Order: sequence, then C-alpha cells, then structure tokens
Amino acid sequence: MTDMPDTTLTGDPSHDAPAEHGDDAVGYYTPGDPISDTKSPEGPISERWQTRKFEARLVNPANRRKLDIIIVGTGLAGGSAAATLGEAGYNVKSFCYQDSPRRAHSIAAQGGINAAKNYKEDGDSVHRLFYDTVKGGDYRSRESNVYRLAEVSTNIIDQCVAQGVPFAREYGGLLDNRSFGGVQVSRTFYARGQTGQQLLIGAYQAMERQVAAGTVEQFTRHEMLELIVVDGKARGIVARDLVTGEIQTHLADAVVLASGGYGNVFYLSTNAMGSNVTASWRAHRKGAYMANPCYTQIHPTCIPVTGSHQSKLTLMSESLRNDGRIWVPKSKADCDKDPRQIPEADRDYYLERIYPSFGNLVPRDIASRAAKNVCDEGRGVGPEVDGVRRGVYLDFGAAIERLGRDAVEEKYGNLFDMYARITGENPYETPMRIYPAVHYVMGGLWVDYDLQSSIPGLFVTGEANFSDHGANRLGASALMQGLADGYFVLPHTIRDYLVDGPFEKIDESHPAVVEARRSVQSRVDHLLSTNGTRSVDSYHRELGNIMWEYCGMERSEDGLRKAIDLIRTLRDDFWRNVKVLGTAESLNQSLEKAGRVADFLELGELMCIDALNRRESCGGHFRAESQTEDGEALRHDDQFAYVAAWEFGSDPDSGGMGLPVLHKEDLVYTAIEMKQRSYK
Amino acid sequence: MKVTLKIWRQPDAASQGAMHTYELDGVSEDMSFLEMLDVLNEDLVARGEDPVAFDSDCREGICGMCGLMINGQAHGPEVTTTCQLHMRSFKDGDEIVIEPWRADAFPVVKDLVVDRGAFDRIIQAGGYISVNTGSAPEAHSVPVPRDDAVRAFNVATCIGCGACVAACPNGSASLFMGAKVTHLGELPQGQPERDSRVVGMVAQHDAEGFGGCTNIGECTAACPKEIPLDVISRLNWDLHAALRHGH
Repeated sequence: MTDMPDTTLTGDPSHDAPAEHGDDAVGYYTPGDPISDTKSPEGPISERWQTRKFEARLVNPANRRKLDIIIVGTGLAGGSAAATLGEAGYNVKSFCYQDSPRRAHSIAAQGGINAAKNYKEDGDSVHRLFYDTVKGGDYRSRESNVYRLAEVSTNIIDQCVAQGVPFAREYGGLLDNRSFGGVQVSRTFYARGQTGQQLLIGAYQAMERQVAAGTVEQFTRHEMLELIVVDGKARGIVARDLVTGEIQTHLADAVVLASGGYGNVFYLSTNAMGSNVTASWRAHRKGAYMANPCYTQIHPTCIPVTGSHQSKLTLMSESLRNDGRIWVPKSKADCDKDPRQIPEADRDYYLERIYPSFGNLVPRDIASRAAKNVCDEGRGVGPEVDGVRRGVYLDFGAAIERLGRDAVEEKYGNLFDMYARITGENPYETPMRIYPAVHYVMGGLWVDYDLQSSIPGLFVTGEANFSDHGANRLGASALMQGLADGYFVLPHTIRDYLVDGPFEKIDESHPAVVEARRSVQSRVDHLLSTNGTRSVDSYHRELGNIMWEYCGMERSEDGLRKAIDLIRTLRDDFWRNVKVLGTAESLNQSLEKAGRVADFLELGELMCIDALNRRESCGGHFRAESQTEDGEALRHDDQFAYVAAWEFGSDPDSGGMGLPVLHKEDLVYTAIEMKQRSYK
Repeated sequence: MKVTLKIWRQPDAASQGAMHTYELDGVSEDMSFLEMLDVLNEDLVARGEDPVAFDSDCREGICGMCGLMINGQAHGPEVTTTCQLHMRSFKDGDEIVIEPWRADAFPVVKDLVVDRGAFDRIIQAGGYISVNTGSAPEAHSVPVPRDDAVRAFNVATCIGCGACVAACPNGSASLFMGAKVTHLGELPQGQPERDSRVVGMVAQHDAEGFGGCTNIGECTAACPKEIPLDVISRLNWDLHAALRHGH
C-alpha cells in the first residue's frame, strides 16, 4: 500500500534550538536547493510583461485544435481560462465538482474588484496599485507578478462590461467606484454586494458559449483525484465521476489547476462546503512545490459560531467597520448582560483605544487578532461555546443616532438582513456580534512568472497559486487576480509551452497512467473498507480545532510543535478508524469528504511546519516570538525575505509524508523599497 | 426541539424511491436547515445507515446549489434559499416533509439530489454576449443609463437554483429564462444578439421538457432572489419581436 496510512513520526520534537537564527523547524524538514523564477524578463518592471508576451512563442491557429488542455475548477480563474483558451481554438476539458460551473465559490465574493482605471482622477495608477499590493502583502510577494496584475487590471473591467456584467453606475451612465480596504484611492468596481456573483456569471456565460461552440467540454460533478505525470511533464488527470463513481482517465498536453484555496483545512471557514485542497495536494505529491502554505487570511467581520453543529461561517462585508464601532465590556462580569444595559463608561472600544489614528479601520489581521485577545482575556460576548464566549460587539447605535436609521439601512440594509436571518436578532436594536473567520489563503502551489508550477505542463491560477498577495491580500484583489490569470496571463504564457506539442501520444496502458489510477482506486478501496467507528466530519472538525488553535491568528513555537504531533496522531487514527458507508459505484458524499479530509490531514502538517520555520510576523502570519514591545507584528527581512517553496518528501517505508524539502526563492525588490507597517 | 422528518429516499435515478420517517431530537433553533440534516446524517452514519444525499455548497445563499421542497414549498416557508432557512422557522414537534425538486427536466440523481444540467444547456443556447477576451472596447466608451444598469442587475441576481421550476405546476423555466433575457436585453452590449438569444434559449427550454408558462406566479413567489414575474412578459415580448424579425 503506498500513499495511505502514515505512521511515521519524522521531525524530532526534542529539538534543541538556536531559535534566534530562524531555524525553529530544524528536524522537521530537509534543506533544498534555492529556486528562482526564470521566466520574468530583465529590465524595467513596466516593460517586463510586454517583453514576455512578445517572447512567448506563438501557436499556429491550425495547430491549436490538436492541443488538449485540462482545466480543473470553474471559478473566476478557471472559467475565464476555459473561455479564453476555447476562443483561441484549443481543445479544453473543464472539470468541477459542483453540478454546474456557475456554482464555484468565487460567486460568494461581496465587495468588489480593484482596477487601476483612475476614473476618479484621484492619483491612482498601475504603479500605485502595484505599490499598494506589495505593501499590503507585507513585502512577501514577487514584484514582477504583482506589477503585471496591476497592469492587466484595467483590461478586466473592459472585458466584463462588454460581457454584460452590471456594475454599479453613476447617473451619467459611467462606472462608479468606491474606496475599499483602507486604501486612499477609489479603484474598486462593484455590483452591489454581489460582485463575485456577477463576474462569475460573466465568465460562466463566456465559457458556456465555448461549450456550444465545441471548443470546451464540461465535466460537472467530477473530481480530480490524481495528476498524471509522464517523463516529468503533466499529461492528464484521474477523475472520479461523482454520480456513477467511475474512475476516469483524461489525458492532455497541459493541465491547469484553478481549484481555489484550502481554507477548509480549518473545518470552519467562509469557504464553500466542498472547497478543498485535493487537486493541489495530489499535484504536490507528484512534485509541484507548495509555497508559503502558512499564509492565511482571517477576516474580522464574520458571524460567530453558535454551537458544535456549525457547518460554516458567514462573512459580512468589512465595509461595516466604516460606521460600526467595535467593543467589549471592560469587566468580565458584564459579558452576559444585555449590551444595551451596559453604560458607555463600562465599554472598551479597544481598537479605538489601541490604534487611535486608524481605530476600527485597522487592517484585517490586526482587527482579528485584537478580537481574539479580548476574548482570550474572558471578555468575549454571546453564547458560550466550549466554555468560551467568542464574539465582540459591532455597534451601530452611534451611527443610527448620527445618520438616522434610514441612512444606515440604505447603506447596510442587505447585510443587516443577512445577520438577522442567521442569528434571529435585530441589529438595528441590539449590537451585532462578530468574530474572525478563515477567509482566504495567500499560500498555494509555487508558480513562475508564466504561472507554471515546478512540474512542466502544470499551470496554476487564482487562489490555488501563491504569487500575487504575499503574506496578506488586500480587499477586492482576489477577484482581480483570478480574472487576470485566466483571461489575460495564462492564455499568453501557456502557448510558449504548448508550441512544443502535441506531445507524444499516450494511452491508458502507459505505466504512469496505470500507477495513477491504481493509487486512486486503492485510496477509495481503503476508505470504504476501513469500517471504523468515527465519522469523516468528526476528524475534520478535530483537525480544524487544532489548526485554529495553533496555526490560526497567532502561532508560537511550542504551539506549532504540539499541533504537528496532534495532527500526525489524528492522521494515523483516521486511516485506521474512519467510517465511510456506501459504495464506490454511486453518489457517495461521505466518500468524497473522506478523500478531501485525508489530504487536509497532510496539508495541515505542512502548514504548521511552514509556520514554525517562519519565525517572523508578516501579514496574516503572526508569530508570538516576533513582535515589538507594543505587541505589533515584527518582520525580519534579513532572514525571511524569501518564498518558502516546499517539495513533498515521501517516507521511503510507508509512502506517507516524510520530511518536506525547503527550497527558498529570494525576494528581490527593484521597483519598491521595503518598509515596516505601522497603524498606530 | 424535536422534529419528525419525512424524507424522500431514492438510491439512484433508475430505482423507485419512497418516503422514510426519521425522528430527530436536540435540534437547536440556531441551526440552519441543512445543519439539521447534517446532524441527522451523523446519527445515520453512527447507526450504520446510508446518510441522506443533498446538495449544498456555499451555504450563504448565493451559489444556488441547494434546494429542497420543504412541506411542499420550494426552499421552505421563508423567502430565501434552503441553506439560509433556520430551524427557528419551525417549532418543537413539527413534522417536516422533505422532497427533491419536482420536475421532469430535473431527474433525481439520488435522494434529494437532482440533475439541473438543463439550465447550463439553456445558457449555452444563447445566454451570453459574444465578445472574445481582449476584444472589448474601453469600459467607458458606452455609457449605460443608471436605471437600465440597476434593472439589469436586479434580475442578474438569479442564482440558477431551480426553485421557479420546482414551484411551477407546469414545470416551466420561464422565470429563469426571462431573468437572463432581461438582464442582457437591458444593456446596450446585449442588443446585437437579442433576437437570436431568446429564440435559441426558448427552443432549448422546450427541448429539455420544461413546461409552458400559464401566468400562475408560483415561480416568483418561491424565488429566493425575488425575480419579478414581469421578466416573463419581457421574454414573450422579445420572442415575438424576434419571430417578427424573421427568426
């Protein structure tokens, strides 16, 4: 049996550590060779993309229909790529686990999409969007990629408008913009609170047009379970038809993963129920490096957990922080009181107190951590879950007094309605309760400037890759990146790879295909035959608790070591004791979940190792050992200005996880100067 | 609270289905309806019984994947999606009947899961604007009156869940089609293909086995996004115009 049970305890927990040199994770990994991006041209940053587009070789239109491309995922990054490559005349096969491409979780994005159109003439530019994105990412992204993102952002708006995306408009008929996420220019385009939905429907319709044209074939309710690598090149996938259970082989000249983020490793997150890491993780196991997996974004304004039945968390737009004031009682004794009975003098508006200049508008990671701190102190509000109240008040009382109820309703009515529907409370009368939740992951598969992973022929777009957001993503930039990758970047870069195709014909008898199919089949068989005593969800929930506790808003050396041990034990137990009912030959939602949780159980360990290695605080990653005297995040550019690209290390005995290999890509900034953040 | 659930169980498309009864205790009013079913499924797994298959993904009311007939109403008693329905809409001792969407054009896959592929095929038949990536003009080159943009947006909020079809005595998808035809038809960018779009979509709709509209209005009453009935008038208007133009 190969890649299943993993009982090996690799890293050495008894580590005796020269911590100040930034090698906390010694014993948990093997040092590897440095890695670098070889595709970004030299020269001024503003000319690199033009140069690359010119140098990337062209594929003759007549040859395109002989080239097959598999795209996994149909969100903004996958749907847009399928449409565009289909339009160009390639043969595209598109896969999603949902019943329609239109369901992908990009649809849930509320706020908007950034673009450097400078329609407001307020000093915005490609360079400023680039600058804000690199700074927001705490100087942990690759500058060439970010510059290109800012550059193509303007094309996205043109394309979407032409597709019929109904963006908000002013009375003169031109597009409206708003300021978002604390930036000082108005560059965010939006469609009420449903921007992701409207952009996704645009990409979906463009893709369906290509399905009708015969260039895109769509496979809904199909899940990629293995990557096929032949002679070092990605040549296809093994997928399971979720309705019939059939294990299928799909071969191609290139494979694109646009399969989204892995926030569901925390069990509770704002991701969709089905969002998972399996496509990325199977590719990682086949040689694709996973970069900065510990970089997660935790969003401060979500609706708190109400009990152990909770299946997911719901985000409310952080625009609420523009007018709402965040507080908890000064005294623990007041925490179970009706908030309306707590006088002003007994309330602690802690963000306004600690950060007088930014107040309630501090960046997401700071607001989140501050909420956790006051709850850890025992001053949280709302129902107790597992003995702790995890919530803080977001109070519109002052705003309603100042602006009037109608004005507040006009601005935030839909969010208030959503809150009322979920909690049964009326936020016009009693303060809302909020708590942070995992929302987005900046980490993902390592890609070069061409969005190609460390496996030739395997490309990665959107949230699934790591490249553009560094250690923290700005609001309204996820939609921008997904569409930039799919519409305007990948279609140009992939041709330089495909021009050498079509590659040698292979069929199902090829040993690499046989091996990949066997691996999928044996995992399915193992999961169904274990017949243990614990449900898949119970493992997932326990993993989520470990990750949230030790690899969430604040991480420490001791906590991460403990988490790694706990995850290894849990993973071992999972493979011995999981209970999955039903058969492989039909729709079996427990089996689907089991496969995903199995991969989360490996990813979680790597995230902790990555977090343990990075003994600095940057963006969404806060290490307790790396803070200023005031408790603010402290970066260490001298030691950690690199991308941590992890290669899967297989344990030779069990075939399970062994020591991962760390490849470092140094981050060099030529167009921007590195600075330490301050929001005091 | 304690509820009695009567749930449609059907192993696969080819088999006969039947209603099964389950008692569920310890339901909290803060649970969403689907979390209540999660709890039932955990119980079933513990007892060694096959859990109930149902669709859901975002669980925040926007992806359109979930959808159940609850006591005969599409998405249940509130104007929202099934995932946003909470157990506080029910009371202790209630009997709750749960069935899949009912429509010939949405065949049952298993238990409460249906196949809505017909909706994708209707969109493929014309529910788009033909503009290849990179060929779009500058976004501000065509101003769109604000009211038109708002009207387009209001109907573009359709989530493709299929409640309109499930609620309709005729199993018609006219509201779904009308929403798309109106969304694109309100915008200047949608004009060149306005005739071919409506003709193509309606032909596909009929070929899929959806029924015709007889202006009953159950669709709009069930719609979680409150798409108004007049999009169907717009659909008919556009169809007649297209036929008059010789399509």
